[in-house]
Order: sequence, then C-alpha cells, then structure tokens
Amino acid sequence: MANIVLEKSANTVEEAIELALKELDVTEDQVEIEILEEGSKSFLGLGKQKEAKVRIILYDYAIEIARDFLGELFEKMGIDTELEFTEEDELLKINVVTKSSGMIIGRRGETLDSLQFLTGLVVNRNNTTYRKIIIDTENYRKKREETLEELANRIAAKVEKSGRNKTLEPMNPYERRIIHSTLQKNKNVETFSVGEEPNRKVVIKSIAR
Amino acid sequence: MKELLEMIIKALVDNPDEVNISVVEEELNTILEVRVADEDMGRIIGKRGKIAKAIRSLMKAYAIKENKRILVEIVD
Repeated sequence: MANIVLEKSANTVEEAIELALKELDVTEDQVEIEILEEGSKSFLGLGKQKEAKVRIILYDYAIEIARDFLGELFEKMGIDTELEFTEEDELLKINVVTKSSGMIIGRRGETLDSLQFLTGLVVNRNNTTYRKIIIDTENYRKKREETLEELANRIAAKVEKSGRNKTLEPMNPYERRIIHSTLQKNKNVETFSVGEEPNRKVVIKSIAR
Repeated sequence: MKELLEMIIKALVDNPDEVNISVVEEELNTILEVRVADEDMGRIIGKRGKIAKAIRSLMKAYAIKENKRILVEIVD
C-alpha cells in the first residue's frame, strides 16, 4: 500500500477539508493538505460561484516505523541485520537477513512470532492505515509450513490405520490452520481443536467407514 | 538488558516519559521491574497477557545470548 491521495470540492476550503477527512476517517494532524482552489462566493448573486478544491495526502509510514523499531531493537540486541521490505496490498513482509537467524527464530518460531506481533502493534499504533506485518528469516515460514503439512499427513495415516484419535502438540492459530487445511481433503479423518490458548491443540480423529 | 526492554516498552505506550525500569540483581536472576502510566498497562499486557508474553519471549532470547537469567515483572 502506498500513500492515499484524495481531492475534494465544496463551497469553501474548510468544507472541502472536512469532507475529505470524514471520508478517510482521519484527523487534520495526520494528513497533508494542499489547497488547489480557494473558491469564491458570487457577489450579490451575480456571476458564477467557484468551488473550493483541496488535495489531502495521507502518508503511509509503515516501512519507516518498522525500520526504526526493528533497527533499534536488533542493534540493542547486538545482532547485525539487514531488513528487506516487500508490500502486497495491506501486507508488509519484512525479511531479516542475518547470521544470527537461529536466535531470532527461537524455539518453534516463538521469538520470530513475538517480533512479528510487537512490530505489528508498533506500526499500527503510529501509522494512519492498518498494515498486516509478516516477519521472516531464512525462509523459516515456508519451511515450517512444509514441516506441518508433512506432520499432518504422517499422523493422519497413523490415525487411519489404528482408528485411534491423536492429539498434536500445542500450536498457534496460524499453525493449526495449516493442519486443518492440509487434512481437509482427507475423507478418512476429521480435525478439530481443543483447549485454551496458548495450549490449544489439534485433534485428528478417524472417521469410521 | 535494561536499554532493550526500555526501548520496546517505550515504542508501545502512549506516555514514554512515564516508563520506569528498575533492575534488581539477585543471586541467580536479574529482575527487571517495569512501571508505566496506569492507562498504558493494557498496552504492555494485552488480551490474556499476549503482549507481555511477547516482550518476555524477546527478552528471554536476548538473555540466552548474554548467558543471563532474567525475569520481567510488570509492577502496578
């Protein structure tokens, strides 16, 4: 996503600004305002009234905010990193290039998820438009997804064979979704989740034929 | 240790000037006591403690690297 530019016309400059701010659902201090036409009242009803026109620019600072936050954080942690940003609509992907990737991934991605969660909070607290943040390093997210798909298929095969339900270890919502969707096409098992976060687990259940 | 925690907390709250972190060194652990403005408590704890958990997990990763044991305590 990039900056949002909106032009509005009304009888007066003030009205035009108000209309634009209302449409973007922001306040005046969050945007830059350019007056394109001052507008003029007709004199004693003679002549044509000229409309006022303004241009409102809502800057998207997501990358700058994320870069400042993560840059300072990694510096204080004493790890050398380089940050790569890619954007797809509201999604902002941040790839961390570092020799210390093991440290920022953590056990089963716990540290990486914490980094991602906190960066999302900081970006969306200070930015005017909502952005979903994904942080990755060394292609960990993709690899983890593949590992979970393999796990799902392997355990499902056991459940099919034995007819006994199997409960997986606790996973976060994103990981559980991968298990559910992997086994959606499998007609011999069904999946559901039990327990409360953060100990919610997927159960793979055999369907009697 | 304190600088890292302070930086994270200040990025999350509305009143960064009211963030106060004191360090208590014990035999085994270093305890970091966090104090923020009352209205900012939610911003560092979160629903079901989700934010506090993320902060602790980052601090833990750093502590392991520095060969230390730390505890982050939010004081109200």
